[in-house]
Amino acid sequence: MTAYIIRRIFMGILTLILVTMLVFLLVRLLPGDPLMRYMANFSGTGQQNIMTPEQHEALLKQFGLDKAIYIQYWDWITDILRGDLGESLGVQQPISKLIADVLPRTAYIGILMFAVGTFGGILAGIYCALRRGTWLDNTITTIANIGLTVPVFWLGILLIYVFAYKLDWFPMYGWVAPWDNFWKSCRYVVLPVASVALGGIAGMARLTRSCMLEVIGADYVRTAWAKGLRERVIVVRHQLKNAMIPVVTSLGGTLAIILGGSVFIETVFSIPGMGRLMTQAIFDYDYQVVQASALIFGGIVIFSNLVVDIAWGWLDPRIRYE
Amino acid sequence: MPENPVVSTPGDAMGVAAAPPRRREWRRFARIFFGRKLYLIGFIIVVIIILTAIFAPILTPYDPITNDLTSRLQNPSAEHWLGTDQLGRDMLSRIIYGTQVSLIIGFSAVFSSAIIGALMGLTAAHFGGWVFTVIMRLTDVLMALPAIILMMLIAGMLKGGGLWIVVFALAFGGIAPMCRMMCGMALSVKQNDYVMSGRAIGMSNWRIMLTQIFPNAFPPLIVGLTMGIGGVVLGEAGLSFLGIGVQAPTPSWGGMVMDGQRFLLTNPLLSLLPGFAIMLLVFGFNMVGDGIRDAIDPRLRGVI
Repeated sequence: MTAYIIRRIFMGILTLILVTMLVFLLVRLLPGDPLMRYMANFSGTGQQNIMTPEQHEALLKQFGLDKAIYIQYWDWITDILRGDLGESLGVQQPISKLIADVLPRTAYIGILMFAVGTFGGILAGIYCALRRGTWLDNTITTIANIGLTVPVFWLGILLIYVFAYKLDWFPMYGWVAPWDNFWKSCRYVVLPVASVALGGIAGMARLTRSCMLEVIGADYVRTAWAKGLRERVIVVRHQLKNAMIPVVTSLGGTLAIILGGSVFIETVFSIPGMGRLMTQAIFDYDYQVVQASALIFGGIVIFSNLVVDIAWGWLDPRIRYE
Repeated sequence: MPENPVVSTPGDAMGVAAAPPRRREWRRFARIFFGRKLYLIGFIIVVIIILTAIFAPILTPYDPITNDLTSRLQNPSAEHWLGTDQLGRDMLSRIIYGTQVSLIIGFSAVFSSAIIGALMGLTAAHFGGWVFTVIMRLTDVLMALPAIILMMLIAGMLKGGGLWIVVFALAFGGIAPMCRMMCGMALSVKQNDYVMSGRAIGMSNWRIMLTQIFPNAFPPLIVGLTMGIGGVVLGEAGLSFLGIGVQAPTPSWGGMVMDGQRFLLTNPLLSLLPGFAIMLLVFGFNMVGDGIRDAIDPRLRGVI
């Protein structure tokens, strides 16, 4: 198991390094002047070409943009390892501070969405598999099929219209941190979390249902029934344990989808999180912030995939000796 | 059905090449595909959407782009069946033209990512060894970023927001999953005897790949393509919703949702209707994909 974990960690680090390269190259090699934003700020008029070529040169030098691309990459990476993510050209603050401000918000709603989505989906899937053919199974399966086709942002808007405006149960948009005012924040997060979690529930329920149905006819399940075990024991120990393997492997991908969904939902509900930060940075061409936030997203996904892989190896010993 | 000009072995492990007469096969396909109501509904939706896109100029009562500031934000009426938006443009016309935009982007992005992804997947599966490792690492990296973040990076950094930039971003985001799927299918096809016999009679690697492996891994690719269209249309809508995708005044459903959100309390239809159109389209293509999959080979359920 230790060898397996070490190998996985090594692979995770390798992927992370490759992701830094991908992000860096995508941001730097695509056309566009990285100083555009800075100049607009600098001149204070919003006009871009107000500088002389000499000033432009000087600025390129100041930000190290005149160096060869691989040296710039090396500088960026070594700075990150020292904990320095660079400075935002747009708001002229250290990026690590910007991210430290917004990341806890995204993490908080992300974890809620993930928890509701996976637990809800797995429970719904198990129920459907055990009681298949009933009207509730059919209803849940149909809703799951539709849930996979709904654009997250549209669902958010629909929920705002129905539950915030027409019924007035929740606030329309905004953000209150749970560490400031827990009960108030609960009212604020219900709609955003529901909008993203529905897709998660739909995907998870479909997957769990089909995985459960696959093992329901397995020989060892029939044996368990023949031995006269109670249904609860058969479901939990024999069916669930085996059916969960593909479900657990899909968790990393689910988290990536949920993170992606949170980008939209932060826009819909005006939640100042990672997604907003990155979208705004793209509009402003604040390339340092774009790079850093894309890297954070990648890092979260890689880390959670690592956790999933290790959990998978623990659940299914066969996988350790692949 | 696969064409095997050189070797044709009956009854292979995949169950696809054991070809009964073609007409019966087609009937069986149609029976399963049109047999379930949900698939049939999906098929009808897709046909209607494609026809709408083709005949958009005939169907639309107004120009989708010209502003008419004298009739802003109107409620549905006999003249404007679905009302007008903040610039006085007819919503119905814009939604109908949005079908065109979604389908053009959807088809071109899915086909480009399928061609590149399938080639990569086939290559990885066929050559194995370090080629396999390199290609798989590459897909790992592409999939480490949430798809929408990857697309935002590309579409956002390539300023300008033209249609083809969006297609490029979406296609890029779709390569890795397509490659994974194709590689998985090709690996299982590779186990078959006819690939071995192809090698035995001295066929080249490329020839085996294109004439033996590809045709047999083709049916799942078709399913992947159909399902992929739904995903890409959602991606396009998402990018446009964030303002990074198709730019105004081109009617894009995602962009219309974004524009309409500001008027949600007074004119909810402005944002809710285009979103409903997205949902309908994605639902249609997903169901058709499900149907094709079940009709080709129900065992693929869960694989794709």
